[in-house]
Amino acid sequence: MEFLGPDAWRAVALSLKVAFWATLAALPFGLGTAYLLARGRFPGRSLLNGLVHLPLILPPVVTGYLLLLTFGRRGPVGQLLEEWFGIVLAFRWTGAALAAAIMAFPLMVRAMRLAIEAVDPKLEAAAATLGASKLRVFATVTLPLIAPGVIAGAVLAFAKAMGEFGATITFVSNIPGQTQTVPSAIYAFLQVPGGEDTALRLVLVSVAVAMLALALSEWLARRVARRIAGR
Amino acid sequence: MSLSVSLRHRLGDFALDLAFEAPDGVTVLFGRSGSGKTSVINAVAGLMQPDAGRIAVAGRVLFDSAAGVSVPVHRRRLGYVFQEGRLFPHLTVRQNLTYARRVQRLGPDAAAFDRVVALLGLGSLLNRQPVALSGGEAQRVAIGRALLSDPVMLLMDEPLAALDGARKAEILPYLERLRREAGVPILYVSHNMAEVARLATHVVAMEGGRVTQAGPAEAMLADPGLVRVMGLRDAGAVLQARVLRHGEDGVSDLQVSGGVLCLPLVDAPVGTDLRVRILAQDVMLATERPRNISALNILPVTVLALRRGDGPGVIVQVQAGDDLLLARITRRSADALGLRPGGTCFAVLKSVAVAPTDIGLGLQS
Repeated sequence: MEFLGPDAWRAVALSLKVAFWATLAALPFGLGTAYLLARGRFPGRSLLNGLVHLPLILPPVVTGYLLLLTFGRRGPVGQLLEEWFGIVLAFRWTGAALAAAIMAFPLMVRAMRLAIEAVDPKLEAAAATLGASKLRVFATVTLPLIAPGVIAGAVLAFAKAMGEFGATITFVSNIPGQTQTVPSAIYAFLQVPGGEDTALRLVLVSVAVAMLALALSEWLARRVARRIAGR
Repeated sequence: MSLSVSLRHRLGDFALDLAFEAPDGVTVLFGRSGSGKTSVINAVAGLMQPDAGRIAVAGRVLFDSAAGVSVPVHRRRLGYVFQEGRLFPHLTVRQNLTYARRVQRLGPDAAAFDRVVALLGLGSLLNRQPVALSGGEAQRVAIGRALLSDPVMLLMDEPLAALDGARKAEILPYLERLRREAGVPILYVSHNMAEVARLATHVVAMEGGRVTQAGPAEAMLADPGLVRVMGLRDAGAVLQARVLRHGEDGVSDLQVSGGVLCLPLVDAPVGTDLRVRILAQDVMLATERPRNISALNILPVTVLALRRGDGPGVIVQVQAGDDLLLARITRRSADALGLRPGGTCFAVLKSVAVAPTDIGLGLQS
C-alpha cells in the first residue's frame, strides 16, 4: 500500500503550491507595509495597522466570507478581475492562495516590522551622506540588515499558509484536486468512515513540512546574521 | 570662502540664529555642548532642514530658503564623519571604504584608494569586519570612507569625543596629515580645546545658538575675551615653532618668532614646523629678566591687553615676536607688577609644563 492515496498526494502538492505562491506574492506587499508601519508618519497609520492585523483577530470564516463577497464572481473586485484580466479566484487554487496570503499577512508584517525598527536610522543617514539615494540606501543598507527578519516573516507566512483552513474552505470550498489543501483534506477524510488512517498520515506530512521549513529558516537566518555581524 | 552659512531654526525652546564664513583649511565650530554646533553641521549636511537661511559650499548653493533650494543629502558631496563612526556592520572595511563609489556607480579609483589607505594607515584592516575594530581604528576607517566619497568638504562632528585619551592621541596626527595633504576643507565640531589648538586654522565660537566670535585660530586662541568660552584651565595660545636641535640632555630647542623655546625632547626631525599650545595657567610674568631660576624659557614680551574676570584672576595677552601668548595670573600680581598695555616684561614657562599632546604638526609645508 502506498503511504498516501492520490487524493491525499494531490492535497499535499496543492498545499505546497498554494503556500509558496501566497508567500511569494505577499512578500513585496508585506515588506512595503512593514516599512510604512515602522518608519512612516502619516495620518492613517493606526488604521492601516488595524487593517493589517484584522485577519489575525477575526474568525477565519468571517475573513473567508468577506473574501467571497469581495473577490467572488459577483463581488465588486472579483467582477472587475474577470472582466479585465479574465482572472477568477473563487473556487480556484488561486483563491486558496489569496486566502492563505491574507491570513498569513499579519504574521509576516509583524516579523519584518520588528526587524526594520531594529535598524539604526543613523546608518541610513550615513549612507545618504556618502551619495546613496533613498532607494539605494534601502537596497544596500536596510535590506541586508533586515534580511533575517524578512526570512523569518516569510517562513512564518509559509507555515501559516500551509495550515490555513477556515478562510480557505469558506472562500474556495473543498474540491479535491482543485482547492482541497492538506487541512481541508484532513477534515474531509475525518468525515468519511475509515478515513482516519489517511488523515493521520496527512497530519504527519504537515508536521514534517512545518519542521523542515522552520529548520531551513533558522539556518538561513543564522547565515545572514553571521554575515551581517561579520563573524 | 569655501563655506558660507546663515541660518535660523527653532527647536522647541532653543533658537539657532547665526551666520559665518569659513576659508579653506580646518574650521572648528567651537562651543559647549548644547550651543547648537551639531545642528549647524547637520544643516550643512542636509540631515536637518533649517527654517530659513542659506548655505553654500565651494560656491555651490546647497540650501536657500528664499529661492526654495534644498539639495538632497546624497547630492551634496560632503563627507560626514560622525561621532560614533557609523560603519556598515554587514560590510568589510574595504567594502565600507568603497561604498560611496559603488552607490554612486563610479568605477573604482585605485590611486585614490591606495592614497587614503596609506594616509590613514588602514592597510592591515581592509579585510576585517567593523565589529573587530577598536574605537580608534573604526574612526580612521570612517574618515577614510568619507574621504573616498570624493567630497568638496569634510564634516566632522566631534570625531574623537567617543575615544579615550590614548586613542585620541593616536588619531590627531592622522587628522593633521589630512589637513596638510588631502586638500579638502574641513568643518570640525568640537568642545575640546586641545583638539582645537592642534587642528584649527579658523575658529567659530558658538554660544546659545549664536556665533559670538570668529577668526583665524591663532588670534582666537589668544583672545582674552574668549577665555570664558574656552574654559579657564583650558585656555591657551598656540605658537608657530620650528625644531632647531635636539639636545643630548633630552631637551629640544625650537625657534619661535620671539626667541628660542626649550621643550622636553620633541618627536620630530630638525626643521619640522610645529604648533605648540601654551596654556595660560602655565605662563608666569616678570618685569625683570629672572636669574637663577629653573624655568628654561624666558621670552621678552609686550603686554597688549589685560582682562579681569569675576574671580581673583586676570588674563594678560602678551606679544612675543609675531606670536601672541596668554598668561593667567592673579589680580594681586598684576597690580604689584604694575602691568599695563604697552609695557614690556618677560614671560616665563617651565619646559615640562608643555604636554607632548599639545605639540602638533604646523600648518605649512
